[in-house]
Amino acid sequence: MSFKAVSREVGGVTVIDMDGRITLGEGSDLLRELIEEKLRSGRKKIIMNLAGINYIDSTGLGELVSVYRQMKNQGGELKLLNLNKKVSDLLQITKLYAVFDIHSDEAQAVASFRS
Amino acid sequence: MPSKPQRIEVVLETLIESITLAEEIGVRVAVAAGFDEDGQYKIGLAVHEAVMNAFQYGNEQQREKKIHILFELFPEKLVIHVTDQGTGFHLADVPDPRHDDNVLGHSGRGVLLMKAFMDEFDVQVSAAGGAEVVMAKHCSKQISQAS
Repeated sequence: MSFKAVSREVGGVTVIDMDGRITLGEGSDLLRELIEEKLRSGRKKIIMNLAGINYIDSTGLGELVSVYRQMKNQGGELKLLNLNKKVSDLLQITKLYAVFDIHSDEAQAVASFRS
Repeated sequence: MPSKPQRIEVVLETLIESITLAEEIGVRVAVAAGFDEDGQYKIGLAVHEAVMNAFQYGNEQQREKKIHILFELFPEKLVIHVTDQGTGFHLADVPDPRHDDNVLGHSGRGVLLMKAFMDEFDVQVSAAGGAEVVMAKHCSKQISQAS
């Protein structure tokens, strides 16, 4: 299944619901463009809801890291929501689990942003 | 006397589409070899990463160069060779992406994932000078011999 992303606003936070795969040529470019567009429009609190992401490769992991760095450099905050076991395992193996702020409850993720 | 493995050879062009195609072939071979769903996913991802390395770094996205994949089904394990037509690399030169200095890097996680998901992993220099990734997944049960 190819990558799809739909964004919505919840209490001043942009939640991006994602589906499909984040891999080289299948989502990584779209993800970068989407975040750049959000940052250009002043959205600096972003939650990536990965509930529908069933596959990430090393390029996709690199893209998540790039987004994290880009957000941080521009004074924004990024949080990850609803990781399935495969994605969670990949983040554990690569030690990225300790880098990202990861949540399993959307309301708690939204509330965790600094006002 | 050790039994001869079943061999499946695939030659792919250096195209981005070849990465997913190779992954799908890897999963099919894993299914045929009797691996469970978790094993199929791990073998598929390892093949995906090896072919992605060949596409990006080995063959430097030059379509005319080939990516050669050899699957060897032994009774006790599935061995996969992925060979490119680049200049090769040494595992010792690949930095650990988990190191504090590298954890926020954009790339360099493919080798780590292949090592994590396969039971055996090595990179050799092929006879033609390119990189040859050799990796294996052990079977929990005997591989059934296809007729």
